[in-house]
Formats: sequence, C-alpha cells, structure tokens
Amino acid sequence: MYPYNYHRPTQVAEAVALFKASDDPMYLSGGMTLIPTMKQRLAAPTDLIDLSGIEEMSGLNATAEVVQVGAFTQHNVVARSAQVQATLPVLAQLAGLIGDNQVRNRGTIGGSVANSDPAADYPCAIVGLGATVVTQQRSISGDEFFKDLFETALEPGEIITRIDFPVPTRAAYRKFPNPASRYAVVGVMVADFSGSIRVGVTGAGPCAFRASGIEEVLNRELSADAVDGVEVPDAGFNSDLHASGEYRAHLVKIMAKRAVADLLHS
Amino acid sequence: MKVSLTVNGRAEEVDVPTNTLLVDILRTNLGLTGTHVGCDTSQCGACTVHVNGGAVKSCTILAPQAEGLEVTTIEGIGTMDQLHPMQEAFRECHALQCGFCTPGMIMQAIDLVENHKDLDNCGIREGLEGNICRCTGYHNIVRAIQSVVDQG
Amino acid sequence: MSETDQTTQAQGIGAPVRRREDLRFITGQGQYTDDMNRADQLYAVFCRSPYARAEILSIDTAEAMAVEGAVGVFTGQQMVDDGVGDLPCGWLVKGKDGSDMKSSPHPPMAARYVNYVGEPYAVVVGTSLAAAKRAAESVVADFKELNAVVDVATAAHSEQIYDGIENNLAYEWALGDEDATRMAFAKAAHVTTIELVNNRLIPNAMEPRACLGCFDAASGEYTLYTTSQNPHLERLVLSAFVQIAPEHKLRVVAPDVGGGFGSKIFVYAEETAVIWAAGKLAQPIKWVAERGESFLADAHGRDHVTRAELAVDDTGRFTGLKVVTTANLGAYLSTFGSAVPTYLYGTLLAGQYKTPNIYVEVQGVYTNTCPVDAYRGAGRPEATYVLERIIEQAARELGKDPADLRRMNMIQPEDFPYATPVALTYDVGNYEASLDKALELIDYNSFESRQAAAAENNKRRGIGFACYIEACGLAPSKLATELGAGVGLYESGEIRINPTGSVSVFTGSHSHGQGHETTFAQVVASQLGIPYEDIEVIHGDTGRMDFGLGTYGSRSLAVGGSALVAAGNKIISKGKKIAAHMMQADEAQIDFKDGNFILQDSNQSVSIQEVAFAAYVPADYPEELEPGLSEKAFYDPKNFTFPAGTHIAEVEVDIDTGVTTLVKFVAVDDFGHIINPLVVDGQVHGGVAQGAGQAMMEHGIYDEYGQLQTGSLMDYCMPRADDLPDFDVDTTVTPCTHNPLGVKGCGEAGAIGSPAAIMNAVTHALGNKDISMPATPEKVWRAIRGE
Repeated sequence: MYPYNYHRPTQVAEAVALFKASDDPMYLSGGMTLIPTMKQRLAAPTDLIDLSGIEEMSGLNATAEVVQVGAFTQHNVVARSAQVQATLPVLAQLAGLIGDNQVRNRGTIGGSVANSDPAADYPCAIVGLGATVVTQQRSISGDEFFKDLFETALEPGEIITRIDFPVPTRAAYRKFPNPASRYAVVGVMVADFSGSIRVGVTGAGPCAFRASGIEEVLNRELSADAVDGVEVPDAGFNSDLHASGEYRAHLVKIMAKRAVADLLHS
Repeated sequence: MKVSLTVNGRAEEVDVPTNTLLVDILRTNLGLTGTHVGCDTSQCGACTVHVNGGAVKSCTILAPQAEGLEVTTIEGIGTMDQLHPMQEAFRECHALQCGFCTPGMIMQAIDLVENHKDLDNCGIREGLEGNICRCTGYHNIVRAIQSVVDQG
Repeated sequence: MSETDQTTQAQGIGAPVRRREDLRFITGQGQYTDDMNRADQLYAVFCRSPYARAEILSIDTAEAMAVEGAVGVFTGQQMVDDGVGDLPCGWLVKGKDGSDMKSSPHPPMAARYVNYVGEPYAVVVGTSLAAAKRAAESVVADFKELNAVVDVATAAHSEQIYDGIENNLAYEWALGDEDATRMAFAKAAHVTTIELVNNRLIPNAMEPRACLGCFDAASGEYTLYTTSQNPHLERLVLSAFVQIAPEHKLRVVAPDVGGGFGSKIFVYAEETAVIWAAGKLAQPIKWVAERGESFLADAHGRDHVTRAELAVDDTGRFTGLKVVTTANLGAYLSTFGSAVPTYLYGTLLAGQYKTPNIYVEVQGVYTNTCPVDAYRGAGRPEATYVLERIIEQAARELGKDPADLRRMNMIQPEDFPYATPVALTYDVGNYEASLDKALELIDYNSFESRQAAAAENNKRRGIGFACYIEACGLAPSKLATELGAGVGLYESGEIRINPTGSVSVFTGSHSHGQGHETTFAQVVASQLGIPYEDIEVIHGDTGRMDFGLGTYGSRSLAVGGSALVAAGNKIISKGKKIAAHMMQADEAQIDFKDGNFILQDSNQSVSIQEVAFAAYVPADYPEELEPGLSEKAFYDPKNFTFPAGTHIAEVEVDIDTGVTTLVKFVAVDDFGHIINPLVVDGQVHGGVAQGAGQAMMEHGIYDEYGQLQTGSLMDYCMPRADDLPDFDVDTTVTPCTHNPLGVKGCGEAGAIGSPAAIMNAVTHALGNKDISMPATPEKVWRAIRGE
C-alpha cells in the first residue's frame, strides 16, 4: 500500500473541505473494498478522509412510510436491527447476505452504494425499492443514481449522508452468489407498492438497474409463472469466468421468479 | 503516526506509518503472532479478531482506523491452562490440522455463537462463509461449534 | 493392570488421543515461518514476469537501488553468473523409446527467458517490506514478448518453447503390453470410450510460502527457515545441485507449517534466491508470499487430457484398458513433476480390478504456465478419475448396476499378492468389504426414493461410485532409483531414552497438519510401554535429526513410523542385554512387555526406565556394551502400501439454476491398522473436501496469452463450509503385510476417490450427459438444456 495522508473530520462540511483541498483524495467509509484495493496498489489516493467520525451519518430511523439509514451504518447493524426487521424485513435480509459476517461488521451502506460495484447487494435495494440517496447538497432518486460500472450520479467530493427507503407493501430479495467472492452473480429485488411493482437487478449489468420488462408483466399478473414469458435480453450484460451474459439473463428470470414466490408467501 | 488502542485488555500505543494494517500492528508491533495473514483480498479470514466485540478482518483495517478500538485476539480469549470453551471444543473435536486458519476460525465461531440462537449445522456452515480452511473439510469445525452451541 | 499400563493403552496405538500440538495452535502460540524474525533482517520482494513467454532484453536496477531503504537487487542472470545451479527435477523418466526425458534449463530465477506469468526474474532486498516493494516497482525490465504455448491439448503441435525440445515434449512414456491390449480390444464384446479433462488445481495451503534466510559469516553457516514438507530434501538440493553451501554448512528448519498438500515439497526459486542473497549481504532476509504470488508460483496440480477405452467381454468382465494422456508439466520440470503423470499415474490404472491387459501412454508437454507437480494424491486421483469414470460409463452403457459391475471384476482376497499388468504387486486388500460397507452406509437400496423426493423439489438426484486404490509410501529405494528416482525412499527415526526415562523421538518425516507429535508418540508409547506424556516427537530440522525425506505420498507413518519401530527394536534389544546383566541372567531369558524387561519363569523384572538409568550411569554394567540408550534406524520399505476403498457420492442438481449440491458422501477406506482414528477421519474429511473442490468448484484457468484468470480467492473457488455436507466416513482393515505396524497411509485417499465419485453422481443426475470438472452451475445448466 502506498503512503497517504489521513484525515478524520467530524462534520460533513469539514470532510468536503478536506476533499477539495487534497490532490487525489478518497473518502474512506467501512473500507471493505477500498482497503484491499489499496493493498494491491490498484488505488493510490494521496489523502484518505475517514467518515467514521461524523456522527450525523450513523444511525437508523424507521416509520411506517420510510426507513432512513445513515450512510455510515454497518451492514450488520441493518441486518440485526429490530426496527428494520419489523418495518422493512427485506432490507435486513439483504444486508445479512452481503459478504461475510466480518465484512458486515465493518462495511457500510454509504460505502457500498457510492462504490457502485456491479455485483454489490445494496444497489439492488436502492433501485428495487426506489430509495432516495441523500447527500450534503441534494437528494438523488434511486432510479437516477447508478450510471455505469463503478460510476454514480455523485459529483466529486459529494458525500452520501443517508439513504431513505420507502416501505413497500411487501418485498423479497433473491441472490445467486459468486462461489468465490460471494458477491452477487445476480441479485433480484421485487417490491410491491400497493399493487405497483418494482424490480431491481444487480450483478447482471455494469450497474444496478430496473428490469422494466419483468415489472410490466408482474404489474399485469403478480405470479412467478408470469415471469416465464419475459424476454431478458443479455446485451450489455456482464460475462466472466463464473457466468456468461446469457446465463446471467437466465438467472435474472429465475431469481425474479423465486423472489416473487417469496413475496407472495410473505 | 501514534495509535492508541486496547488489545486483550491492555492499553497499547504504537507509532506506525498510516499505511500499516491492524494485523501488522498486532503481529509486528505487539508480537501477537497468533493472528495470521492468509490472503490479500480479505477472503480467507485467518486474520479475524474481535473489535469492540464483533469479528472483523484485521487485514482490512488501517492503523488510523484502529485508534481507540478494543481489540481481542486469539491470545486474549484463553490460555493453555484455561482454554475458552471454543478452544476446548476445537481440540476435543479435532477441528484443526495445520492450525493456520484456526485462530481466525475460533474468533469467528465465538462471534457466531454469541449472535445467533439455536444454531444448527446449516446455520453454522453459513456463519463460516468468511473463513477458509484447507485441511479439515470443515466437518470437525462444524462439530466443535455445534458442541459449544449444545452446551448452551 | 497398573494405572500406568492403562494410561499407556488409552494413549497408545488405536486410541483417539486429542492432539498435543493443538494446544499451541488454538491459543495462537504456533511458530510458523512468518512468526520468526531476526532483529537485523532485511525483506525480499520478487519481480515477476508479466508475460507468459518473453526474452529478457535488459534489466536496469539503478533506479531501484536509488530508492531509500533498497539494499540489493539481484537478477536471475547474476545468480547464474555466481555459479548457482539449476533447480533439478528429482526423477529422470525415460521415454518409451528408451531415451531420457528432455529437461529445459531451469535457473532458480529467469536469466534469459521468462516462461510463465509470475516467474521471478529478480529479487529486491530492502530494509523494510515497503522499501523493498517500492524498489521492486522501480526495476525496469525490457522484454521481447514471444508467442506463448498455453493449451495442454495442442501444446505438442504449437510453437517450440525450448531449443532442442521438439514438439514441447519432455517425454512420451508408456507402460503395459500394447499388443496384448490391442488383441483384447479386437475380441471385446463391448468397448466403452471416454474423453476426460482433469482440471488444473491451485493448492492454496492456507499458510503462504515463506522463508527466512540467515548467514553467519563467522562460522560460514547458513540457516534457512522455510515452509517445507521435507527440509532435508531442501538442503540436499540446495547443497548438491544449486551449490549454495555444503550440507554441513547449511541447516534447514521447517517449523510449524500451515498445510502443504504437496505444494511445499518442492525447491522453489524464492528460498533459493533468499538464502543465496543472505550470504551475499551477510544479513538475514525474510520473504513471505502474498496470496497472489501463491496463485502464480506455487506448483499447480493435475491438468491432464485423456482418452480411455475399456474392453468388456460378454459377461461384463474387463478384458483390456487403453489410456492415452497428455499431461501438462508447465514451463519447467518441478522437483517431482516428471514422476507424477507417469510412475504415480500409469501404475495405478489397474485399480481394484483384474483387468488382464492394460496399456497407457503419456505425453508430458511443456507449456508457458506455472510448473505442475504433486498435489494431494499426485497422479493417483488422475488415474482413479479415468478408471472409475469409464467403469461407471460402461455400466450405464451395458445397463448394469455400477456396484455389481465393479464387484464382479474386483481382485479377491485370495488373489493376493496380486501382480497387476502395470508393474505393481498389491500385497493385501479386501475391496468388496469396503464396497459392502459403503453401500450399507449410503443406504443404496433406497436411493430411488431419495431420487423421487428430490424430483418433487424440481431437483435431479444422482449417485456415483469410486472404488479407488492408491500406492503410498513410495518404495523400495532400489526399484525407484532403477526407474529414475534421484533420491532414496527410506525414512529415518531415532529414539533417545534420556537418563531419567523420558524420551526424545526424532523423525525425518514432517508434520504440517498431520499430527505426528501425537501419533508418533502413540506408536513409541505402545512399543516401549513408556507413558505417552513422557515422549516428545521432534521433526523438521536438519540440525537436530538424521537425514530424512519428509512427508508426501501418505508415507509418514508407513515409512517414518516403521523407522521408529525399527529404532525401538534396537532399544529393546540393547535393553535386554542391560536388563540381563542387572538381573544376573542370560539375555535369552529376558522378555520385554509393557515397558518391563522380565526374567522368564521368575517374578523378577526391571523397567525400561531403570534400564535407561543403568545405561547412563554404567556403574554395574555389561563390559562389552556401550553406555547410553539411544538408537536410530533407517527403514526402506519392501513395497508400496496399497490403501483402497469405496467412496459414494450423492448430489442434487437444481434444474432451474444448474447448482449442484453434494448432499451425501460416504467414504469407507482400508488404511490397514489405525494409530489414531480421530486423526485418520480428519485426513479423510480434508481430502474429500479437496476432491469435492476439484469436482465442483476449483479450476486454475489461463487465458490464451497465458495470463492466470483465477489468480485470487475472489476468482478461484475454494470450498467453504456451506459448500459441503457432513461426511460419513468409516474403515475396513486388512493390515499391510510388509511393514511392522501394518499401516498403509491415509493422507490422500479422500482426494483420490471423491472427484470420480462426485462426477459420476453429477453425470448420473444429468442422465449420463458428460461434462468436465468442475461441475459449475453454468456448465450444468447448459447440460440440462442439452447443449
């Protein structure tokens, strides 16, 4: 790992100021992706701005309509939260599937979402639930947030402070994990908002996206079998040692069917 | 930079470059070589320790992030004369062979049992997804953890 | 029975003694190589080839040396110029035409050419690891990239890698009677043909390789601490071939070693360069591999392509087997790389069966990939895979029950000793006993109901068999050296009874997880009737024990344990002389039992502890006898041992996703007598997990340019706890007839039988659709779709 300057601000504004004053800075949240990347010398920021000292970025708040998760909240905090389990169980379940226990004790929702790894789990919830990504300067719609491989709507220096998840009538998440990395080869979130269906997909493409074709048929008929009739085109899908684009397209359908089945049984 | 932390109940202060990892502080600065490094991608879990009570991978924590942490390593949970029940179970069930993954495996196993009720075979296996063992085929590790669960 | 006797029995041969080494491992007190440090040590980092094949045009080290903290940069050419010899291959295989195998030059670090990605061409030494890394990044190497040969199947028809090695062939080796086998096929009622790929595996012992090289200028002595399965072999090679230092000036210590599985047998570039550079700089140097380096440069395993044919007569008896295999040796012949796909493979193709005619041909090819050498099982899993897959296939083609077809062809207990058509003579076995027990444990008769239950869950359930045999404890030295082995295959053992009766046991065998400190103490406790607690087993240090050959090929107990028994016999023999003197009797009147020398037809006896004291305080002592009670022995086995057994796997395939789950696994093994059942079961569990990894998950993949695609644990699928079920393991016993313990070896069996059993189950679930290992979800999904 290359040397770097370390900062630990206590206010968001201070973090942003530090970011602007540094040559090649990066924000450090849980560090579960960034630190291994730095260890392998694939990332070499001049300055690391550790967000762990900013109190306002931690914590959970749930009402009947919305679950607000501070950006610095660790995956296990979400997974084990009685509030989240009661209000938005699908989010607790999804958080409990990220990485492994040790990673879930350190990794944060803000870090995961800002990184936009194509195979991460949380982006699926952002898209699938239509969450709002709140930064120090604006609110970004979940549909607008993920742009491309490791690319988001965030501007340089912009910090995610909180994520607001609207509470659906019911929802389910199914993940097909990569046997080596345990990231999602494909993950599908199906959410029912009073009869209006959203389907989020991670792992399949360069970033998380909504599967509009599946949404369309499920809005007509909410059943697992309905998904059979959908064509999921694999153009632009990820293809690697573990799964071709074609197989991923197939898995999107299967995971969607299983999520729908779960949802109907919930 | 100077980093102050508590390790196995003892206050420690070390002076290390910022790009030092917690595992290096433990192994090199504090001589606690029971925590091992088995990979460079945070996959293998050999470096698992407890931070503020939960299992984490000490290879994925930077020195400055360690400021103020309460760290417990394999050396801090029991001694040869007075083993932790999980250590005792690993020995009793022959849950280790080469011993390299063992400290991390035991630290994760303790976290697992503390945070889950009524663990069964499947739950134990899922709970070990962040730890790789190449020797045992996991059979006896699962048996050891189950025996601790069954003891209550 | 006295309390002492009971204790001895409770911790003697056959007892499930909890391992004594565990105490230090579970408390974090193990001492692995990376846990050792010298106050003034330097740190080594290797510059590794980014190309699969290239000519090194120049290496500029000036900038690297300018980095603060850089102490030295040494290139492969500098080592060559300094007289450092090539890394040798320890087994000279002769081709079927009688010619010697063709060895490529193999300097410890690349000098003129690099031949695989990750091959080291320079080592940088610095005052800190960070300094050495920075300096290594500043080494400027200019390469001329050359076309790489990567694919094993086409390597012999690809561009020639080395001058003088045509068709990239190290050898074309054959075994068996080709004409007789051809005749058998001409008369066959049925011929089954199968084409198989045995996937490349990357060992991944959890402890990465490491070393700490020290040189003491005052004495001229080198000490190398390293992650080795066989420190004496390391010393022999570094002395005799690489010319680092004469053996008496080089001490090699292998302390606690975190798993090996074969990969830590070999002498590698890194420790060679480190110990040499430590001498150059007269300062200790430490190197610890990062996992990425382990992937690139630890010798890989397997990597065969094979076509096999089985001739069967109209009653179902096997009449002939023909096997043609191309084996990937990688870029260089690693320490035992040549022997693995020949003498450890072709000789095993008879399996448990009375097939009268067998012929095998093996082409050993060079490719621009990491060298391939022994990995858990080493040749025997590959042989078992061929044989057990083709037999299962034949059973399906003939509509016969796979267990029945195997049973009717098995060598029977009365047939032993049984000489196979492929050069081995099995001493003993009872193959049907293992098969019967395995069938019972898996509840074979109700498989169909389990299959039907799975179908209701949209899953296909399959069952598969493997009745394997392996040859362990490679032997005897005379035969092996005639076949090309460069070292003997004996083992040493020494038992020192100390004056107060405690015992120090030294073995040339090495434990890196096997538990010798416990099991070898059990052996000595049983033989000498000395309390287990009073016995210490010491291994892994050329400075402390006699020459030995270390641990590989499941040899430790069968060979190393037998050496200890031989040393123990000498102790008893000398003890009888002393005891006779003490009891004023004749040596012939003395019996030894349970730790006591007993005068026949009397109630007189002296304990071995009393005898030991007399031996060290020889006040009243036989005149002609040397004082002391310490004996050593070298044991050279008369034959291989032949563990064998039946493994049965059941898998369920998810029709929607292609995910294959191993749901049941039964292993019934005959390892002869068992010293510690706890340890033996553990060895089987671990072996089965590695075999399941090969069958379902693991695959070392290079792209067409020779870049390793599975170079980290993010991409290479290591089995984890939730990928595996509990295993059901049991044993049957036919004691080995030619070693004093009647033991056979248990370290590799799990990895030998399981891949074939699991893949037979997978192909069964797929309605006999063949797929190659590993049975990944996408591959299985495509097979289900009929692709």
